[in-house]
Formats: sequence, structure tokens, C-alpha cells
Amino acid sequence: MKSIVRLVTSSVGKKYLMALSGFILSGFVLGHMCGNLQVFLPPHWINSYAHHLQSMPYGLLWVVRAVMLSAVAIHAATAIVLFKENKAARPEAYRKDATVRASKASRTMIVSGLIILFFIIFHIFHYTVKNMYGLDQLMINDLGHGPLEHPVPNVYAVMYMGFSVWYVALFYIVAVFMLCQHLSHGVASIFQSLGLRNEIWRYRLEKLALAYGWIVFLGFASIPVAVLLDFYLGVPIFDKSTFIEVYEQAKNCAGAIQ
Amino acid sequence: MKLTLKVWRQKNSNSEGKLVAYDLDGISPDSSFLEMLDILNETLIERGEEPVAFDHDCREGICGMCSLVINGIPHGHERQTTVCQLHMRHFKDGQTVTIEPWRSKPLPVIKDLIVDRTALEKIQQAGGFVSISTGGVPDANATPIPKQVADVAMDAAACIGCGACVAACKNASAMLFMSAKVSQLNRLPQGKVEKDRRVLAMVKTHDELGFGNCTNFGECQAVCPKGITLDHIAKLNRDYAVASFKNIFGGVK
Repeated sequence: MKSIVRLVTSSVGKKYLMALSGFILSGFVLGHMCGNLQVFLPPHWINSYAHHLQSMPYGLLWVVRAVMLSAVAIHAATAIVLFKENKAARPEAYRKDATVRASKASRTMIVSGLIILFFIIFHIFHYTVKNMYGLDQLMINDLGHGPLEHPVPNVYAVMYMGFSVWYVALFYIVAVFMLCQHLSHGVASIFQSLGLRNEIWRYRLEKLALAYGWIVFLGFASIPVAVLLDFYLGVPIFDKSTFIEVYEQAKNCAGAIQ
Repeated sequence: MKLTLKVWRQKNSNSEGKLVAYDLDGISPDSSFLEMLDILNETLIERGEEPVAFDHDCREGICGMCSLVINGIPHGHERQTTVCQLHMRHFKDGQTVTIEPWRSKPLPVIKDLIVDRTALEKIQQAGGFVSISTGGVPDANATPIPKQVADVAMDAAACIGCGACVAACKNASAMLFMSAKVSQLNRLPQGKVEKDRRVLAMVKTHDELGFGNCTNFGECQAVCPKGITLDHIAKLNRDYAVASFKNIFGGVK
């Protein structure tokens, strides 16, 4: 037990915690993005996908949720400890400070990280608990195979209506940009922290991490951008037939404000 | 050359320091940075002022004594160069040059630009050695070592222990210094025997001394006068994982 405590409290051990939790989180982010991009397909795609996730057997949904939440908790808590220790290691700052190589993203991990943490909390209330903006009212009776016994959440409509609030959409875009920055350093760091790279792979992995960050950004940001284009500028991207009444109501409200 | 120097002056480790400006004229572009400071000190002595205290020894770039942060960069802006090998031709005429000491909690300022680097010695003493009786010079190739391994160990052994990595690290971590020692000794057959014990003890000491944590910025590699790479930190991370795993199951004595 003592040796385990010694491991996780050591400077290198904390890197492992960051790397392993970061590995889980960055993998999840890519899967989550692929799932979300189904919103560009006909509504029953994402609705049945969401329904299948929600009704996984053996309580698997909660297993996944528990793993994800622990990863977030470990990642955030370790980051705060590291930040404090690192500040304490240099009590007196350089009067003239310079940076030779370290990227802006790598030096602002704590800032991007805290914004992402705040975003995750908001995001869970916004789209998982759905107790904001009346999104919990949006249900559907048909996943494309005829009527269902019980109505299920109309995730397609939830996403659309959620992003039709412009400042929410804007916050999402900012948050996923922060995620892009965070990943561009973090993904490469995973390999360094676990000692799984050499001088040749270092530069390859840094490019890979940058690409990873931007793919995740473009994938996620495309959805609020598309909704904003559809809702405010009338670009026909989404099929609003399953929630046409809610849509028109919102459209009238937005029109009245304008 | 004409220069304006802003030099960190601090009486001792307990007093507050501050930057003091000095104007210097007639510096040859061919003089080294330390020679330029010698000239400054001579003028200060002539004026009856206290000369600037700074560390230096061999002035050949191999001892690791010189330790100045020049315009925010340890050892100055020239790559893979110690301050003593940095020449004034790399500066512009009329330039303002800020000179500060290494800044980190474990390496406190003793006076002006001199810091106490005992903490680095303590890391070395925790495991940066090989516990075998050395005896006489062994026969060449008595212990076969593959060329690639010997080359990498030699690259790590180039570390002169100056502490520029600590000074450059945004977190004041001594990870590059420590990893050079671990990588050098853990790769070679003579040092491999103690590799787990070594890495555990050195990391423990490093942390206890109050150095920061490595967050993979790469600033240390950028300023290292001997070109030690992050490769060695990756090796340390790898070896520490293996050693900790063995330690949890009681395999490291």
C-alpha cells in the first residue's frame, strides 16, 4: 500500500495519472464526436444510436459514466495539485521571461482545462440531465421502425433546439476550441509521460496530437455552426419535421426579439 | 560595443534583490559574455562599488559552473552554448541585456547571480552512482556494450549538471538533469544492476527537495548547453514505471 501511495504522489507518478486519465478522456472525445456527427444524417440515426446507448444491458451505461467521471475527477484533481506544486517551485518570477520552445497550448493547459471542466459540468446539465431550456420535453415515438411502446428522447431535436440559443452555441464553440488546444499538447504528452516515445516519434506524435485536436474541434464545432446557419440564416441543413411545432415556436420568439 | 546591463543584485539569500542598471562602453564583440562581466566588475571596483558575484570556472564550456539567465533564457539565446562560450558578437550594439540568476526554490540565490546548487548534488547522491569496486582499468571490451547503447549513454553523460534545465523549466523541475543521470547509468551493464533502486531513490529525492513536476514543455532541451533530449526523460518515465511496479510487489530492495 505504501509503495502505491509513493507511486501516485511522486512527480512521475502524477504524470502517469494525468496520462492514463487523459488517454481515456481523449479517446472518449473522439468516439463522442463520431456519435454526434450522426446528426447530419436523417433523425432516426442519432435517435436510435442514443436509445441504444441509454438501454445498454447490465447497467453498462453507468459503468461507462463512472469510468468517465472518475477519469475527469482524477485528471482535474491531479492537475490542480501539479499546478500548485509547480508554482511553489519558483517563488520568485523572472523579471524578464522568455520562452524558447514551449507552445502556447502547453503553457495554458490549466486555463484550457478549467474552461473545459466548467463546460463539462454545464454540458451534462444541458444535454444529459436536460433540465435547461425545456429540452426534457422533446420526445419521439418512432425511431424509423414503427411506433414505440414508450416515447424516447428526440436527441436530434434536443441538439438542434439546444444550439438554437446562440450564446449557448457560441460557448460550445469556444469550449471545443479550448479542447483542441488542450489535446494538441495533451495527446502527445501521454506518450512522453508514459515513456513511450523517442526522438523520432516525438515530432510525429506532436503533429498527430495537433491533427487530433483540430479534427476534434472541427467535428464538434461543425454542429453548433450548422444549427446557427440553419436557424438564423435559413440554410436548410436539418430535418425539423419531428419537432416542427417547437421549432416554429422558437423561430417566432427569435423573430419577435429581432 | 555599447551595452546597458540590468543585473540582479542581491546581498544574500535572506535579502530582497533587485535589477540594477549599468552602462558599459568599449566592449569588443570578440570578448565572451563572462569577459564582458569581468570588465564591468573592474569598472565597479575602480568606482569603489561592490563587484557583481557570478559563478564561473573552466570557461571552456565543460564544467557547468556558469549559470546566468540572459534576457530570460538560461545561458543566453545561442543554442547548445554555455555562457562562457557565448560571445558578445551575438548581441547588438546598444542593446539592453538583463542578467538574472537561476530561479527556483531548491536552488536559492547565495549572492547576486550565484545560486546554491547543492540540491542537484543531493539528487546525484541519491542514486547517480554505480556501487561496484572499480579496481584497476579493465581490459577493453571485457564487458561488451552495443555501440547504440554506448552512444546514447554517452549523450546522457554529456550533462554537466549546470542546472539550466531547472532554470528554463516553467515548473522549475530538475527532470532533465535527473533523467540524464538515470539514462546514462541505467543503460549500461555496470549500472543496470541497480536501475530500479536508483530511479526510485532519485525521483523521491527530487520531489522532496521541492523541484516542480515535468509537464513536457521541452524548454529544458531547448536551453541545455549539452543537447540532452527529452528522450532521456521518456526513459526515466519508463524505468520509473517498471521500478514502481516491481516495488509494489516487493521486488526492489
